[in-house]
Amino acid sequence: MKGVRHYPGFMALTVLCLLILYVPLIVVAVYSFNASTSITSWGGLSMRWYVDVFTGPEAPRFAQAAWNSLTIALIAATTSTAIATAAALAMVRGGAFRGRGLTFGLINLPLMVPEIVTAVACLIFFTTVGLTTGYMTILVAHITFCIPFAYLPISARLSGIEAVYEQAARDLYASPWDAFRLILLPLLAPGILSGYLLAFIISLDDFLITNFVKGAGMETLPTAIFGSVKQGIKPNIMAISTMMLGVSVLFVTLSYVINRKGRATV
Amino acid sequence: MKKLLLLTTLLASPILANPALAEGELKVYHWFEYIPQELVDKFTAETGIAVTIDTYDSNESMLAALKAGKLGQYDVAVPGDYMVQIMRGEGLLGEFKPEEMANFANIDAAWLDVPFDPGRKHSIPYQWGSTAFSVNRDVYKGDINSLGIIFNPPDELKGKINVLDSQGEVLALGSMYLGIPQCSTDRAQLQALNDMLLAAKPHWASFGSDIAKDVLVSGDAAAGMIYNGFSSKARAEGANVEYAFPKEGYVVWMDNMVLLKDAPNRDNAVKFMDFLLKPENAAAITNYAAYNAGVGGVAEFLDDAIKTSPENNPPAGQKGEFVQACDQETQALYDAIWTNLKK
Amino acid sequence: MAGAVTPVSASSDGSYGRARLPLLLPTWAVIGVFLALPVLLMAVYSFLTKEFRGGVEWTFTLAAYDQFFVTRGLFGDEPAQIEWTYISIFWRSIWQAGVATALCLLIGFPTAWFIATRPENTRPVWLFLITIPYWVNLLIRTVSLRFILRDQGPMNDFLIGAGLLNEPISILNTNVAVQLGLFYSYLPFMVLPIYAAVERYNFAYSEAAADLYASRWRTLREVVLPIVKPGIVAGCILVFVPALGAFLAPDLLGGAKTFMIGSLIDEQFRGSQGNWPFGAAISVILMTLVLIVLMGYARAAAKGGRA
Repeated sequence: MKGVRHYPGFMALTVLCLLILYVPLIVVAVYSFNASTSITSWGGLSMRWYVDVFTGPEAPRFAQAAWNSLTIALIAATTSTAIATAAALAMVRGGAFRGRGLTFGLINLPLMVPEIVTAVACLIFFTTVGLTTGYMTILVAHITFCIPFAYLPISARLSGIEAVYEQAARDLYASPWDAFRLILLPLLAPGILSGYLLAFIISLDDFLITNFVKGAGMETLPTAIFGSVKQGIKPNIMAISTMMLGVSVLFVTLSYVINRKGRATV
Repeated sequence: MKKLLLLTTLLASPILANPALAEGELKVYHWFEYIPQELVDKFTAETGIAVTIDTYDSNESMLAALKAGKLGQYDVAVPGDYMVQIMRGEGLLGEFKPEEMANFANIDAAWLDVPFDPGRKHSIPYQWGSTAFSVNRDVYKGDINSLGIIFNPPDELKGKINVLDSQGEVLALGSMYLGIPQCSTDRAQLQALNDMLLAAKPHWASFGSDIAKDVLVSGDAAAGMIYNGFSSKARAEGANVEYAFPKEGYVVWMDNMVLLKDAPNRDNAVKFMDFLLKPENAAAITNYAAYNAGVGGVAEFLDDAIKTSPENNPPAGQKGEFVQACDQETQALYDAIWTNLKK
Repeated sequence: MAGAVTPVSASSDGSYGRARLPLLLPTWAVIGVFLALPVLLMAVYSFLTKEFRGGVEWTFTLAAYDQFFVTRGLFGDEPAQIEWTYISIFWRSIWQAGVATALCLLIGFPTAWFIATRPENTRPVWLFLITIPYWVNLLIRTVSLRFILRDQGPMNDFLIGAGLLNEPISILNTNVAVQLGLFYSYLPFMVLPIYAAVERYNFAYSEAAADLYASRWRTLREVVLPIVKPGIVAGCILVFVPALGAFLAPDLLGGAKTFMIGSLIDEQFRGSQGNWPFGAAISVILMTLVLIVLMGYARAAAKGGRA
């Protein structure tokens, strides 16, 4: 039934959207092969920046920073998605209760507070309380501000799922946990995936808050490269970005291929 | 279960990733893109001390971070001249004695006893430079020897000027242009400064400190306030710019490495500062950042390009001024002017 | 007949009512301790006296709010009047964020719809495609965008080369560039929630409407939109609220010639002005505004059975 799903112009807008998203990246990728150091003048084709990323003097720093970024993003996204799912269940399916508006405000608090304020406030708070800043403080801060990004897609999804299905399951003697796990969770999956992706990219990209609450000597990718980007992206940074892009594209292709195989054998 | 295992390994990895440290560590808080990594590695090779460098992008954000709670995590930082004075006043600095450093005698006599740190008890000179402006010679060929290029630009440059996004330097240069003192409390003078800036702003394309070099190289701006080191780098990247030393005056600044209060590795910090007072090491930084070193004897180690670059050789008789840190009431007036400019 | 189409049974039935406490506890604990407390501290700071060049002194005063709302002339000695400076900065940011949200909605909704109507196993791939660019640091992408939008940049080169323009259009350092930058920064935040809602949509409703001779667009307006509204609202919140406090794209692409809320607050904490109580006060005012709107929405949504 192509009819009701199809809207003229929507595909064109999607293509436009992807174009807008990718053109700056293509520019970065192209210039990562630029032999000259300047971003604005082309000096010929060269792989030297890729070599520099792996063997240059700053290579170990970037490697450690990239690792920190990825692990923090993974853990923070997972934890915050789990917390957000629980919260969404309570808010959407928990009936009316006092303090509901307040809870909604609290969930969205990380969104509302300007980043610099969160950064300074958290640092002051951590120091006052006596928490030594380091990996864990970054992680905690990330989990905190990822929650609303995970919550909103999940709750939007959940409000579109009628309760009849779980009710039917329970009528058939399924335990609440089974009803959740086998009925609701699969229905909720796209929302959870959306929330997870949002939380992941938010955490991966965060600079200001991380910069303030990290311990001395601890780097994530944004903090490690920000100096090399502010005055005009250094070419080795462009190489790193292109590589990250390449890795993620590879990952997506892989998951697509695996998914297709999985379907085929069913 | 598998996820739990994965999680734990991931959590443990940063802890495991830290290597066993032989001679201890050093935590440096530094401007970005200033010190070449090779120099830091040289220090580590000589002493066995593992160095980590965290970066900041302005004196003020460094101060903010230290005041918010980062004091006690770093051993040394690199504030500018007026910031050293501010930090001294706020008790953020540690002290050392000249005897602790073998190379202390290398310090250039001109930078030894400075108003912001008399007797050099808390800091050593690092690099110094100037802030004025550069003009693209392809666009404008006239005399550029005056701050009027920025504040009352000729027609060819109108709408193509980039100004630093930094209150201290813009207001200082503006004051010099009008011939009024910095940290003035005279109402007429301040009103004149305010009006002059507001009249000049429509001719400015943008405010930006980090893009100062980029806009000149790419041609987005035909003139711009800029640090002398950036200007050298812009020329090296092919921009046909000339750095000006305006007759009304220009800003001179000196960055200094300071010992921070409650430094966790104080002895290593002193060793690092001593290391940087060696001419060849100071020259390495100069070659990288295109500024001027604060120690003597660097000439033989400098790249020719730096030695002869016009940005590093001001014409005789030109006066450069430090940016002054004003007291609280006066600062409030300048804050108001800046907010008025950017509102 | 314009009206909301509601599903047969409600999606909120209180079935998780008893589990409410343990479900909400992690949220309350994490955000409550690690954010609400620090932010409360900041709110308290807004009532303290500023320490010169950053920090606070523990003397209570309304000076920060006075600075926001009242002006006494450039030198502080004229009679008190309403200070419009900061209110206009707020208004400017609200306007920019609003335009960016509208742009995101305009392009994000069709994109989300398109993805949601692809074959099921390809949908995650499309989602990844949308989010992959965000693996690359925002600063890098914004600098790259700046490079593209320049007068002599690839965009103008392309438009002139294709014959669409005679002269380069100057987008950089204008409001348009700022809105483009904001749109660019927050696009997936609009797409993903809408996708999650549209994917759930039962196309039987559209088919029924088609059987009743409703046009495609009327179906969209009167049948689809009311049902996927939670996703749209979620997307708008996720774009609008952070955009209010953004300053990276505005400064880099707009030329930083005027303060926005984000850069104004940043200046108080990390700039020469070093006025933490004032920065805190601006944040408190901002958060109060947003909270009022959000809580109003939550209350209205609760009446309709959604949150």
